[in-house]
Amino acid sequence: MSVYEQIAEAQAAAISEIEKTSDLESLKAVEPMLFGKKSTLGGLKRLMAEVDAEERATVGQALNQAQEAVREAHASARDTFESASRRVQLEAERLDLTESLQAPARGHLHLVTQTMERLEDVFVGMGFTVSEGPQAETDWYNFEALNLPAAHPARSMFDTLYLDLGERTEIGDGEGGEATNILLRTHTSPVQVRVMESAAPPIYTVCPGRVFRRDTADASHMPVFHQIEGLVVDRGISLSDLAGTLNEFTAAYFGGAISSRLRPSYFPFTEPSAEFDITCVICEGAGCQTCQRTGWIELGGCGMVHPNVLANCGVDSEEWTGFAFGFGIDRLALMRYGIKDLRDMYTNDVRFLKQF
Amino acid sequence: MKVLLSWLREFAPIEGDPHELADHMSDLGMAVEATQILNSLDGVVVARVADLRPHPKADRIQLVDVEIDNGEPMQVCCGAFNMSVGDLIPFATIGTVMPDGMEIAQRKMRGEMSNGMCCSAAELGLGADHDGIMILPDNLETGAPLMQELGLVGDVLWDLEINPNRPDAMSIAGVARDLAARLNVPFQIPERSVTPTGSDQGLASIEIADGDLCPRFTGRVLTGVSVGESPLWMQMRLTLLGMRPINSVVDVSNYVMLELGTPNHTYDLSLLPNGHIGVRRATAGEKITTLDDQERTLQSNDGVIVNEADEPIGIAGVMGGASTEISDSTNSVLLELACWEPESIARTSQRLGLRSEASARFERGTDWQISVTAVERFCDLLNEITPGGIEVVGEVLDVAGTTRDTISVPVRTSRVSMLLGREFSSEEIRDLLTPIGFGVEPTDDGDAQLVTIPSFRPDTETETDVAEEIARHYGYGRLGTTVPRSPDAGRLSPEQKLRRVIRQIMTGAGLIEAMPNPFLAPGDINRAGLVVEEPVRLLNPLAVEESVLRPSLLPGLLAAVSYNYSHRNTGVELFETGAVFEVSDDSSALPVESEHLGALISDADAFAATSLLKALGSALKLKFDLTNTDGLPGLHPTRGARINLGDTEVGSVGEIDPAVLRNYEIEDRCAWLSIRLDLVIEAAISAQGTPYQPVSTFPSSDVDLAFVVAEEVQASAIETTLRDAAGEELQSLRLFDVFRSEQLDEGARSLAFSLRLQANDKTMTDEEVGTVRQRCIEAVESTHQATLRA
Ligand SMILES: [Zn+2]
Repeated sequence: MSVYEQIAEAQAAAISEIEKTSDLESLKAVEPMLFGKKSTLGGLKRLMAEVDAEERATVGQALNQAQEAVREAHASARDTFESASRRVQLEAERLDLTESLQAPARGHLHLVTQTMERLEDVFVGMGFTVSEGPQAETDWYNFEALNLPAAHPARSMFDTLYLDLGERTEIGDGEGGEATNILLRTHTSPVQVRVMESAAPPIYTVCPGRVFRRDTADASHMPVFHQIEGLVVDRGISLSDLAGTLNEFTAAYFGGAISSRLRPSYFPFTEPSAEFDITCVICEGAGCQTCQRTGWIELGGCGMVHPNVLANCGVDSEEWTGFAFGFGIDRLALMRYGIKDLRDMYTNDVRFLKQF
Repeated sequence: MKVLLSWLREFAPIEGDPHELADHMSDLGMAVEATQILNSLDGVVVARVADLRPHPKADRIQLVDVEIDNGEPMQVCCGAFNMSVGDLIPFATIGTVMPDGMEIAQRKMRGEMSNGMCCSAAELGLGADHDGIMILPDNLETGAPLMQELGLVGDVLWDLEINPNRPDAMSIAGVARDLAARLNVPFQIPERSVTPTGSDQGLASIEIADGDLCPRFTGRVLTGVSVGESPLWMQMRLTLLGMRPINSVVDVSNYVMLELGTPNHTYDLSLLPNGHIGVRRATAGEKITTLDDQERTLQSNDGVIVNEADEPIGIAGVMGGASTEISDSTNSVLLELACWEPESIARTSQRLGLRSEASARFERGTDWQISVTAVERFCDLLNEITPGGIEVVGEVLDVAGTTRDTISVPVRTSRVSMLLGREFSSEEIRDLLTPIGFGVEPTDDGDAQLVTIPSFRPDTETETDVAEEIARHYGYGRLGTTVPRSPDAGRLSPEQKLRRVIRQIMTGAGLIEAMPNPFLAPGDINRAGLVVEEPVRLLNPLAVEESVLRPSLLPGLLAAVSYNYSHRNTGVELFETGAVFEVSDDSSALPVESEHLGALISDADAFAATSLLKALGSALKLKFDLTNTDGLPGLHPTRGARINLGDTEVGSVGEIDPAVLRNYEIEDRCAWLSIRLDLVIEAAISAQGTPYQPVSTFPSSDVDLAFVVAEEVQASAIETTLRDAAGEELQSLRLFDVFRSEQLDEGARSLAFSLRLQANDKTMTDEEVGTVRQRCIEAVESTHQATLRA
């Protein structure tokens, strides 16, 4: 048998071994017979020494080719077995992804908090800071400083809850150190007074927070609810500035299709005073049941800060003028989601709270 | 306040689309709540009641035969019983479409035919009266179309909301003045006077004892008065404006009040000894029987009208007395048209529960300069509607109390322009103010004009008040819209940002924010296991269940979880941030309000709360120290710990006391975390400045150590000792296993810690790691009588 025949036979034998295998394991088992010194082809390397020098190159080439053929056959078998084994494994790992049992719990901010933060963000974007103050207040901050002296008939507009602090029920920080009643603030306006007292103008701030009224809870009233008020005091601030600021807020919060308008009104703490209406968010001004076919809904009150209020806060009303506005946060929350009853927001039923 | 177009037109030639006119009134600050165009109501006719008889099968309806056009009477079924045979009534014939859209059809009611409908005033849109069928005056023509016959077709009724600062707009004339100015048409109160006969010498006299209470009292004597029915046109106007026609004298009184805004009162002169009337403050406890036959007890601030004997015969501006009431036999009348101190009327009418159209006007302040005009108008009207006329005796009686001086105020054009954000000229200002009754005169100072405030605008006193009038009549909507800019950037404070971060951490951990009622019942505090000697109480709570301000977030959150459990929502995880209240130690200070965070996790043990605290600590770069403490209020007696930041106690953590859970009918364990949010935020702000640590590039080594430690020793104490002993190479320390077994000593457990050691400047050798390890073991063993577990 010639050298070449021996090589061909060894190659055929090796490939035949490969063909007999059926998986990666049996392939691995025959590997010593295919490669290395102990394999038949490997053993034929010794023939190199026995052939003539001029034939050595040819024999070497034949050996290499044979080995390459075996390697290819092996690789091809291995690929086949690997992909088969991968298929088996993947099939074994198959999942029905709709079988998932539980989602990680996601928490929820209260609808009022979400609304408040949204409002704060809009005003911060417009250059305002956010101011806070106590919920239990003196009569001075809640009423008197706001041009609502004790006998003012407009006080009856606010059903006030007073605190019973025993002998301390009247605390002396009224004007001239007189005793004043302690109450739960009926609006966030006392924060405006505190801001004006503590910092010199210019002032651009909003005061969001919890307020209290002696109201029986029903679909549209709660004794505890939330408001946001805005205050700007600067040189040359005008009623047009108020209108422009409210327009900008309205567009930023409700979207470009909603605008605002002012109508003359009356509040003791502002002069001139106005109601501020926005385009009905339901019908966008076309007229519907919600807006009583007017295309507008009343959002809040506003006006130029009354000179008496500025004076009470130590601000010179000839040098500085300002405007203030305010509206309810709870109602905005209801409007956004079409919630019919204000009380639903305060039962703390998780089935309600989880929806927002 | 309702106003009728035809009535307004008696003062100014107002024309225009009813809805556009409504927009003008709203824009002038008299918000229109409803616009009603009175249409012809085709099919509704005047009918005569020919017969009334019971329905054979129904008690609540009767059978009525009505006659129109002298034809055959028609039978209808009717649910009202207020008419009599011979009455004229509005009758809707078959096919009529009513104002509410309902079409009248022939139908059978319990077996009887009904061929139309007898109508109430409300059903016709002619007033609020639902109670019975509208009874029409006798002089109407049977069968005639009702609205034509009433002269109402095409008239417009507006319902206006009038602000408290607009007493002038509580009258037809006042609304007409405002609207005429806006429409640029002339406005005038017509001159109406009746020639007096004879002299009133001695017939009547008026004496004001308190000039502040009564700035002006105007009266007049009328004789030849006969009390009868007022004419249809007057009855209709009163009805449309929401008042019920009574008789000719009362109707004229109300008519003048609605028209000119001046409430007034009539006395039967024969019941006034010597025709004398006095005005003074009441003495406390004084009594009077009012027109409604109620005995009323007065207080010292109330105003009273008294007779010659100084006995009260009326409560000033609120209600007349029964003793001088006019009746069918009245012939001579003393008319009172007075102005009253608004605060006094407000107090008295509110206390006695006698708010009326009159008190609503007096509370706002009535015009003291229109008194004589109003008296003349009253006489003129009563003369006109009384068959044969009346006699007006002598001149107007007019007594002044303390009248308000006419106010004139300099108004600077520059200031008005600045306040309103639009450049006005002095001429524009003059032209806007003059039509609404303000006097405007130039001054030597070219910028300022002297503006005289009319007596019907007591609310207006200053330059700023006048600026509002200018803006109102120019139109708020026509002023510009400019946006002022703060010189500073808008921002949240660091505290406000951190509060948001903390809420996000809570929701990130799966908690839901609740908003329980901050008002508690007094018993709620004990029920939640808390002890508060002196909570902050409300002076005038709506209910005792809401009479205390919360001293803790716990009662509210427990109630919220309990509510959910009672609705089959278990495994509830709630949190809240908000103020809690306590009485201040300083007796001159407001209650102390501090902001808390509370988290209540049901169906979970204490570790659910401690891990929440860990999450907070890691996000805020704060190290909360826990001290196991038995018997913290509201907490499980052996599962609770105080939370400290350094030396400051900032809250508590643990589980809710099972006894408390029973009070709230919560059947699962509940984990609880409560911290002083204000203090934590303050600490977090200082911690935000912690400098950055470079990450070491050298290899690290892990050392695991398990100790057997007595149960009394807190795991955190071992941790502190390990931290101190390991020194600066300690990168992290973690408790990774807690093991209890009978094989361990009684009352001890095994705590396994994993320490990662790494130097910043070199690779630690095995020897160096070994040294640290040994140091840690010795420190823990010696400090805590612990032993290393092999
Ligand atoms: Zn709408």
